[in-house]
Amino acid sequence: MFKLLKYALYDIVKSRFALLYTLFMVLVAISIYQVSEDMSKVSLSLLNIMLMIVPLISAIFATTHFFNNLEFTELMLAQPVKRRDVFLSQILAVMFVLSLAIVIGFGVPMILWGADSSVLILLGIGIGLSVVFAGLAFLASVMTRDKAKAIGISLSFWIYFSLVYDGFVLYLIYSLADYPLEKPTLALVFLNPVDLGRIIMLMQLDISALMGYTGAFFQDFFGSAKGILLSSAVMFIWMILPVSAAMRVFKRKDF
Amino acid sequence: MISVQQIHKKFGKLEVLKDFNLEFKSGKSYALMGPNGSGKTTLIKIILGMVIPNAGDILVKGKSIKGSYSYRSDIGYMPQIGRYPDNIKIGQLFSMMQDMRPEIKKYDMALATEFGLMDLLDKPMHTLSGGTRQKVSASLAFMFCPDILILDEPTAGLDPIAVEILKNKIIQEREKGKLILITSHILSELDELTNHAIYIHEGKVFFNDTTESLKDITGESKFTTAIARLMEWSLKKKQIKTELSHV
Repeated sequence: MFKLLKYALYDIVKSRFALLYTLFMVLVAISIYQVSEDMSKVSLSLLNIMLMIVPLISAIFATTHFFNNLEFTELMLAQPVKRRDVFLSQILAVMFVLSLAIVIGFGVPMILWGADSSVLILLGIGIGLSVVFAGLAFLASVMTRDKAKAIGISLSFWIYFSLVYDGFVLYLIYSLADYPLEKPTLALVFLNPVDLGRIIMLMQLDISALMGYTGAFFQDFFGSAKGILLSSAVMFIWMILPVSAAMRVFKRKDF
Repeated sequence: MISVQQIHKKFGKLEVLKDFNLEFKSGKSYALMGPNGSGKTTLIKIILGMVIPNAGDILVKGKSIKGSYSYRSDIGYMPQIGRYPDNIKIGQLFSMMQDMRPEIKKYDMALATEFGLMDLLDKPMHTLSGGTRQKVSASLAFMFCPDILILDEPTAGLDPIAVEILKNKIIQEREKGKLILITSHILSELDELTNHAIYIHEGKVFFNDTTESLKDITGESKFTTAIARLMEWSLKKKQIKTELSHV
């Protein structure tokens, strides 16, 4: 397993993508740090960029990586190694590189200009989202034989969770405005990892007051120990579920 | 040594193998023949565990391959088209494969040396020609002295000198009493290398016996013409079937 992971990592680091992605993250973080002195404003801007960029890049990169490495996967499957290990080494290498890019990209400016706990949570959310979308991308990749189709499915995951879902939630809230919606909204938030990340982060910044009664309810929930535990548990489920589903398909797949 | 039992494989609606049974015994060398798309490569991939059958089982050295992976260290496999990661160098590929089999300490580098690959160890795979890639595949298949050798069109794309080297190596290994399984469309080559003929037609075993009895049955003295006769018969059988279906 570790041998396979070693070779998978070696291969991924050699492709220039990892370096470019890290550089991009550093540039984004540096420019935002230059604009404002206020730490909470910085984390809010970083959050907004991250919620868009990280899922997109993770989904696309993981899909292309899976198909570019299909030869390697096929080669390994004819060797005396477990199928599970072949799969895990590939996906763990992708997740590791994506997370490392965020940690270095956002971490270096933090060391230079200081950080508070909210930025650390931001890093955690970034890593979580990378894992979620890399998992979804691998799921899309193992379900189809065609690279273009797989990229299409991965992209639609991103569009759905980043754009369509929010529209759907807004419509629901708007049309049911006469009813108490705190708990249903909370449930809806749990069904979308991007929203979950956004809410967890917003509750760390003192802007929930702007969100009215629902904001206060959320503040109350996500501020409590139970809420923190529950939301991280749900995030964790989001990280595990696509990967395990993809692994189940991979184990039965024909090469 | 390999026992294929009641294998059934469908790709979508296409039935590639139907109730497929075969026995491969050690010390024999088998020629696996059949028209394109008859299921030869699928059978090999099922034995290697790369394709998972819908039903049936395969025993390698008496043990089922279901959920097992260690049996693959007994098999040297040379694929039809060797596909390798682009960035990796030949030397790295060799040491990686050796790393995958930590229990094997002795490596048979004879083929790699004869092919002149030892001078190309720091060449990345994507710079290699198709023939050189085939040489790398062949060297890897023989490197760990496996008991079972599965060669899928081994000489396709090789130059005549390399073909001679590879043939000699296969004959050498055959003499050591290993199980050798070759698919090829070059019949003269199969005649030289194998002593047992298996002909697959539309996912079923059409012929399975020694080369001598193949010649007896078809009444031909040459292997190539005997196979040609076999092909004619298999096509005729199909014609009879279609004629009947019109009735």
